Amino acid sequence: MSDVTLKDGNGAVKGAGKAIHPGAGRRKAVPFPKGRVLDPVDLEVVAALIGAPPYERPLLIEYLHKIQDAEGCLPAGRLHALGDLLKIPMAHVYEVATFYAHFDVVPDGAEKPAATTVRVCESLSCMMAGAEQLIAALQSENMPNVRVVRAPCIGSCHTAPACHVGHHHVDHASAEKVKELALEGHVHANIPDYQTLGDYIEGGGYKVLRGCLADEIAVDDVIARLSDGGLRGLGGAGFPTGRKWTFVRAEKGPRMMAVNGDEGEPGTFKDRHYLETRPHQFLEGTLIAAWAVEAEEVFIYMRDEYPAVIKILNDEIPKLQAAGLVPDTKISVRRGAGAYICGEESAMIESIEGKRGLPRHRPPYVAQVGIFDRPTLVNNVETLYWIPQILEKGPEWFASQGTNDAKGLRSYSVSGRVKNPGVVLTAAGSTVQDLIEQCGGMLDGHEFKGYLPGGASGGILPASKGDLPLDFGQLEKFGCFVGSHAVVILSDKDDMKDVALNLMRFFEDESCGQCTPCRNGTEKAVQLMSQESWDGQLLEDLSKVMADASICGLGQAAANPLMSVIKYFPEDLK
Amino acid sequence: MTDKITFELDGRMVEAEAGETIWQVAKREGTSIPHLCWLPQPGYRSDGNCRACMVEVEGERVLAASCQRKVAEGMKVKSASERAKKSREMVFELLLADQPAREDSHDPVSAFWSWIDDMGIAPTSRYPKGKRPEPDSTHAAIAVNLDACINCGLCVRACREVQHNDVIGMGYRGHGARPVFDFDIGMGLSTCVACGECVQACPTGALMEANLLDEKGKRVQFEDKSVDTLCPYCGVGCQTRVHVKDNKILYVDGRDGSANENRLCVKGRFGFDYIHHPDRLTKPLIRRNGVAKDANMQLRKEDISEVFREASWDEAIEFAASGLKKVHDKLGGAGIAGFGSAKGSNEEAYLFQKLIRQGFGTNNVDHCTRLCHASSVAALMEGLNSGAVTAPFMAAEQSDCMIVIGARPNQNHPVAATYLKDAASRGAKLIIMDPRGHGGGLGRYASHMLQFKPGTDVALLNAMLNVIITEGMVDIQYVQAHTEGYEDLKNRVADFTPEAMAPVCGIDAAMIREVARIYARSERSLIFWGMGISQHTHGTDNSRCLISLALVTGHIGRPGSGLHPLRGQNNVQGASDAGLIPMVYPDYISVEDPAVHAKFERLWGRPLDPKRGLTVVEIMKAIHAGEIRGMYIMGENPAMSDPDVQHAREAIAALDHLVVQDLFVTETAWHADVVLPASAHAEKWGTFTNTNRQVQLARPVVNPPGEARQDWELVQALAQKIGLDWNYKDVGEVYTEMASVMPSLDNISWQRLLKEESVTYPCDDPGKPGNEIIFSTSFPTKSGRAKIVPAKLLPPDELPDEHYPMVLTTGRLLEHWHTGSMTRRASSLDALEPEAIASLNPRDLEKLGLTAGDFVDVGTRRGSIRLRTRAERDVPEGMVFIPFCFAEASANMLTNPQLDPLGKIPEFKYCAARVEKAEAGEPAEAAE
Repeated sequence: MSDVTLKDGNGAVKGAGKAIHPGAGRRKAVPFPKGRVLDPVDLEVVAALIGAPPYERPLLIEYLHKIQDAEGCLPAGRLHALGDLLKIPMAHVYEVATFYAHFDVVPDGAEKPAATTVRVCESLSCMMAGAEQLIAALQSENMPNVRVVRAPCIGSCHTAPACHVGHHHVDHASAEKVKELALEGHVHANIPDYQTLGDYIEGGGYKVLRGCLADEIAVDDVIARLSDGGLRGLGGAGFPTGRKWTFVRAEKGPRMMAVNGDEGEPGTFKDRHYLETRPHQFLEGTLIAAWAVEAEEVFIYMRDEYPAVIKILNDEIPKLQAAGLVPDTKISVRRGAGAYICGEESAMIESIEGKRGLPRHRPPYVAQVGIFDRPTLVNNVETLYWIPQILEKGPEWFASQGTNDAKGLRSYSVSGRVKNPGVVLTAAGSTVQDLIEQCGGMLDGHEFKGYLPGGASGGILPASKGDLPLDFGQLEKFGCFVGSHAVVILSDKDDMKDVALNLMRFFEDESCGQCTPCRNGTEKAVQLMSQESWDGQLLEDLSKVMADASICGLGQAAANPLMSVIKYFPEDLK
Repeated sequence: MTDKITFELDGRMVEAEAGETIWQVAKREGTSIPHLCWLPQPGYRSDGNCRACMVEVEGERVLAASCQRKVAEGMKVKSASERAKKSREMVFELLLADQPAREDSHDPVSAFWSWIDDMGIAPTSRYPKGKRPEPDSTHAAIAVNLDACINCGLCVRACREVQHNDVIGMGYRGHGARPVFDFDIGMGLSTCVACGECVQACPTGALMEANLLDEKGKRVQFEDKSVDTLCPYCGVGCQTRVHVKDNKILYVDGRDGSANENRLCVKGRFGFDYIHHPDRLTKPLIRRNGVAKDANMQLRKEDISEVFREASWDEAIEFAASGLKKVHDKLGGAGIAGFGSAKGSNEEAYLFQKLIRQGFGTNNVDHCTRLCHASSVAALMEGLNSGAVTAPFMAAEQSDCMIVIGARPNQNHPVAATYLKDAASRGAKLIIMDPRGHGGGLGRYASHMLQFKPGTDVALLNAMLNVIITEGMVDIQYVQAHTEGYEDLKNRVADFTPEAMAPVCGIDAAMIREVARIYARSERSLIFWGMGISQHTHGTDNSRCLISLALVTGHIGRPGSGLHPLRGQNNVQGASDAGLIPMVYPDYISVEDPAVHAKFERLWGRPLDPKRGLTVVEIMKAIHAGEIRGMYIMGENPAMSDPDVQHAREAIAALDHLVVQDLFVTETAWHADVVLPASAHAEKWGTFTNTNRQVQLARPVVNPPGEARQDWELVQALAQKIGLDWNYKDVGEVYTEMASVMPSLDNISWQRLLKEESVTYPCDDPGKPGNEIIFSTSFPTKSGRAKIVPAKLLPPDELPDEHYPMVLTTGRLLEHWHTGSMTRRASSLDALEPEAIASLNPRDLEKLGLTAGDFVDVGTRRGSIRLRTRAERDVPEGMVFIPFCFAEASANMLTNPQLDPLGKIPEFKYCAARVEKAEAGEPAEAAE
C-alpha cells in the first residue's frame, strides 16, 4: 500500500502528496478559454485599418476588403480581431470571407499567397481566344511573388483574352505583357478617360434631375413616360421599369434602393462600357429613381472586377453631393468581392447587408422586403442610364427605336468569332444576323454555327435560328432567353460539348451552394459532361430538377446550354 | 374581416390561417410531405434549401418549397403531382450519391434514411459521388462526419438562431460549401460549448453523439427504451427524453418543455454518465472501528475499504439511526443538524425537514440555498413577502430591456441564456453588469457592458436609483398605489449621484445615467441576477437595490417585466419552498409564529422546536463550539461547498456521528460514520421546481445500481427507526401530503403533474395553467404593498492589502456542477474541463512572469491551493477567478466565511488573495 492516505490502527489518518479528484485525470486543462486565442497585435492592426468605431456590421465585406487590400490576404488572426471589434462571431466572419473569390483566407500556420495575383478570365469568349494557352504560358514563366489563378468573366469579352494583374485590367493579354506588368508592379486600376461632371453638365446633364428635385415634374409623370417609352430591366429580367417603381412606391416607407452593378453574366460588358464612358448619365438616372421612390439610402453594388468603375464612382459621387444634387438620400458604393451570384438581386441585397450572397426565396419580392427588410427598388445600371435621355427626348424617341415588334434601344455585348466585337447599340429585337453584320461579319476562316443569345445562362441556338428577334420573351420557346443581351458567336471551329462544359463549370464554381439541385446538380453535371459520352437520361433528369426546384435563376437556367446542345447540336455529341 | 385563407390543396378546398405555410396546412390535413432542412420545432425557421418538399402551385413556372411558401387565397396546390414527386425523388437521389452507404452510415435511423423508407425510393443513386470531407474527431462528445452532410444548414440555425452560440457557420460556397466551426478548425478546438443542439437537429447523422459510434464512425448503439424526465443540473429545469439500453443511458435529447423547448446545454445532454461511474456506491458503508477522523484526510478510491467496511442495509440503518438517537438523547434537538439537498426532489426535501423537525425536535435544517440565494430570498421576503421570481425567464421574449447583474447565464443557466440572447437579437436592450466580462458569449449580445469594480454593487445601483428619482423617471402612480418606504429610499439615495459613485464603482457617470434611463423608460424591463449579487456580506442590500429599481419604476407584475433571481440548483426553489430552511416551515411560514407552530405540532403529533434553527455556516460554528454533535447529510457536500472549507472539514470531522447519504464517497463522506448509497436523479420519481416556479415531474430512467436505494425510502427508514410512524407507499403520497400543507401548490395535484408534466405555481384552478407573472395587482404582504428598503454602502469584508493584493472571486464553469461530485465523474464533461484552473487577466500573468498554463499558488488568510493558470481577457486585472468544483484545489479553502447579516450567506465573491508562481511547478505526484 502507498504511504499516502492511511496509517493503520488508531493513529492519525493523513492525506499527503498530490491532491486527489474524481476526474479521470487523463487530460490537462487548456490554458485559455475555448477556441482561438486573440492576439492583441491583430486587434491593433485591424483597428488601424478599419478606423475608429462605431463599426457597422453590414460593412463587413468593406472591412474585409481593407484588410485584403492592405495585406494581400486575410490571415486568421486579422479575421479574429475584426470579428471581435464588430462583435461578430468568428463563424460569421469566416463564412462571408470564404464565400467570395477575391478574399484569400489564410488559416493559422498556412503560407500567405503571393503578393501579386494575376486573374486570367477563363469564361467562354476568352477561352475561345486562347485563355488556356495564356494560363499555361504564364504558369511556365518564372515570376517570383506572382500567382496565376483562373477567374470567371471580367467583362472584356470583346478584347479577349483578358486578365487582371492585381486591379490592373489587361486587354488582349499576352504572357509577355502580363509578365511585364506583374513584375513591374502595375497592379492598380487604369482609369479610362470618361465624361467629367463638367462636360456632362455642359451638355445639359442633370437638368432632368434638377427638374425632379424642384418638383417641376410629378413622379407619376416620370413613371408614365418610362412606361410609354417601353423601358425594361436591362439586367436580364426585362421587367417594365415604370411598373417596378410603382410597386415599390406602393409599399410603406422608409424605402431603399440598390443599383445592380454586378455585371457578371459571361459575355456581358455593356454596363462597364457606360460606366467607364458616361458615368454621370447613369448617376443622374440613379438619382431620379431614388427621388421617385423616395429612397432613404442608395447602394450602388459594383462588382470587384471593375476596379476602375469603383474608383470613378467614388470620385464622382462626392462631387454630386457637393453640387447639392443629392439632397434627400444617402448614396454609397458597395464593392462586390467576386461572386457571380450577387448579380441575382436578392443575393446582392444579402451582400449589401454584409452577408454571403445567398438568393432569397420569393415571395416576398425585394420590392416589398429588400435591404434590411425594407421595400427596395433594384435597377440595373443600363436601365438607369437611359432614364435621363428618355425623360429629356420623350418616350416616343426611345420606343420608336425597336424592330421586329420590340421597343427601344438595346446594348448587345457581342463577342466571339466576329471581326469587330464590342457593344452594339441598336434596335431592340435585332437578330443575330444583324449583329454579326454590324460587327463586320464572321472572322476569316470561321463559319457561323450557333450563338449564345444571353450569356452563359441563356442557352445556345444554332445558326439555323439566326433570324429570331433577340428580345425578352422571344426565345423561351426554344429553351433559351436573351437576358442581358450578351451574344457570343460560335463557329465551326467550336466544339459545342466543350462550350457547354465550360459554361457548366462556370455555374459549378459560381453556385452559391444553398439549394441541393444547383449545388449538387452543377457538380454532378460537370462530372457527367466530362465523360467521353454523355448519359442523356441522367443529364435530362438532372436538368429537370435543376430547372424546377432550384431557388434562383442560376440553378434554374444552368442546364440551358447543356439541353441546347443535346437538342440542337447532336452531331457534336457523337 | 378574418385572417382565414381558403385555397385548394390536392383538389380539396381547405382553410388556413394567414401566415401558415403549405407544409403546415398539408400536415394538418394529413398529407405528409418529405422534409430535411425544415425542422418543425420551436425556434427553427424554415429555410427552404434542401428542396425535398417541393410542390406544384398552379400557374407558377417552377415548383415551390412547401416549408417556405405561405398559402394565399385561391392558390391551387398539388402536393404530389408527378412533377413534384419526381423532383423530390431526384433531390434525394442527388443527396444519396454522396452519402455513405446505409449499412455503414453514422445513423441508419436518421431522418434522411427514414424518408428514403417512407418514400419507397431506392437507397442508391445513379449519379457519381463527389469529393467528401474527412471526419473530425477533435471533440470529446460529438462526432463530426461531414461526409453525410447535406448542407441543410440546420446545425447552423441550431447554433446561431436557436442557441445563439454562434460557433457553426456555412463556409465556402457551391459544392464546396460545408459547415465550419469558427475558422474551420476542429470542433473540439473551436469555441463550441457542446450544447449539442446541432446533434439533435442534424437529419443525417453527420453530427452525432460520439459514444453511439464505433471507431469507423458507424452507429452501433441503439436504445431499447426512451423515458421522459428532467435534467438533473441547474434551475432552468429542462425537460429531457432519455434513451436507455440495458439499464444504461445512451444519450439524451431535449424535450419541448415549458422552460427549454427542446434545448439543452452540455451538462444536460452529455453529463449523464456519472450515474454509471465505477465510484458509485452500491452497498452501505460503516466506518471501521478505530479509524480516526481527520480534517486533512484525502481518501483515495482504492483506500476506501481501509476506512469503511460494507454493511447490510439493516445494520447500516440501525447504525445511522442509533448514532443520531444517542446524540439526541444526550443533547436534545440542539445537538442535531441536517443538511438536505437542492438536488433532491420536493418530496425528499419535505420528508427530510419533517424528519429533522418532527423526529429530532430541532429546526437545524438547511441546505445549499444558504450558499446561493439566501440573501436574495431574504430581501424578497422582506420586500414582497415572496421568495420566488415574479416572472419566468421566458419573459425576456416580451421584454424591451434586460439587466443581467452578477449572473453568468451563458455558463450557469445556458438554456435560459438562449432566451435572453433571442430577445437581444430581436432588439431588446441587454445591459450586463459584472466585474468579469462576458466575452463572446452573452457579451456579444450586450447593448451595454458595465464591468464595475467588484463589491461595489450598491454604489452602482443606488446611483441608478438616484438618476431615476432625480430625473423624474419614477412611476409615481405605481409607487403610491403599491409600495411603501419610497421617501426613505429617496432620502437615502440623494447623495448617491452618479458623479459621486463613478469613482467608487468604476463606471462613468454618463454610462450610469444612460442605463438608468433605458431601464426606467423602457416599456418593459426585467432584471436577472445571480450569485454575484447574493454572495456578499452585503448581498441582501444588493438585492434590495434591485427590488427598489423594479418598484420605483413599476417594472414588475407585467409581461416582460419583473425580478428574476436565477436559481442555481435544479430544485433550490422547491427545496426552499418545501421548508428545507431553518427559519420556516413549508411555504416560508415562520417557525416562530405561535399559531403556525401549533398547527404543525398538531399535524405532526410531536412537540416542535419553537425557535428558528441554525444555518449552514452557523452549524459549522456550532460543531466547533461542541453544541452540535450529530448530523444527517443528504446529497450535500459541505466539505467542498462551504466557505473556508478547511474550517468546515474540521467541523465535520469533529462530529460524534455523521450520516451521509449520497451517490459517491464525497469529500464530506470521508468523515462519515455511515454512508448510505442513494438514488441518482435519473433513478427516481419526484417533482422539481425550477427557477420559473414550474413544478415538473421526473421519472426513473434506470434502476439504481447494486443495493443503492431511493432517498425518500432511506429518510423514511431512519424515521421509522427513531420511532416515527411513517408509512408512505410512494412518492405521490408524499407529494399529496406536502401539497396539503403548502397553499402555493393548490390546484396542482400529483395526478395533474402525471398528465401535464409541468405546472407553474401559483395556480388558480385545476383546469387552468399557473400564473407566470405574479404581483400584477398586489403583493402578499399584510398591507398588500411592497416594501422599499434602502441599502447602505458597505465595503466587502476583506479588502486587498499589501500582503494579499488581489481579489479572489469564485463561481462555476459551464461544464461543472457545484462541487463537481457529479460532473467530474461524467466522462464528457471531465474530458472538456479536466483539472483545476485559476483564471487571470493576461496582463496580470505577464506581470507575475507567468505563461498561461503555469502553476500558481493562490493564497488567502484561510489557506493556499496550487493550480494551473488560464489566461482570460474577461477577468479584470487584479482579480483571480477560481471555480469551486475542483477537489484537488478546492477554491473554498480560500474563501471568506463572513456572512451577510440577514441572509447568512458567505462572501464567496470577494476576498483578498495572493497569487505566486508555484516554485515546484506542478503539484508533485505522491511518492510511491
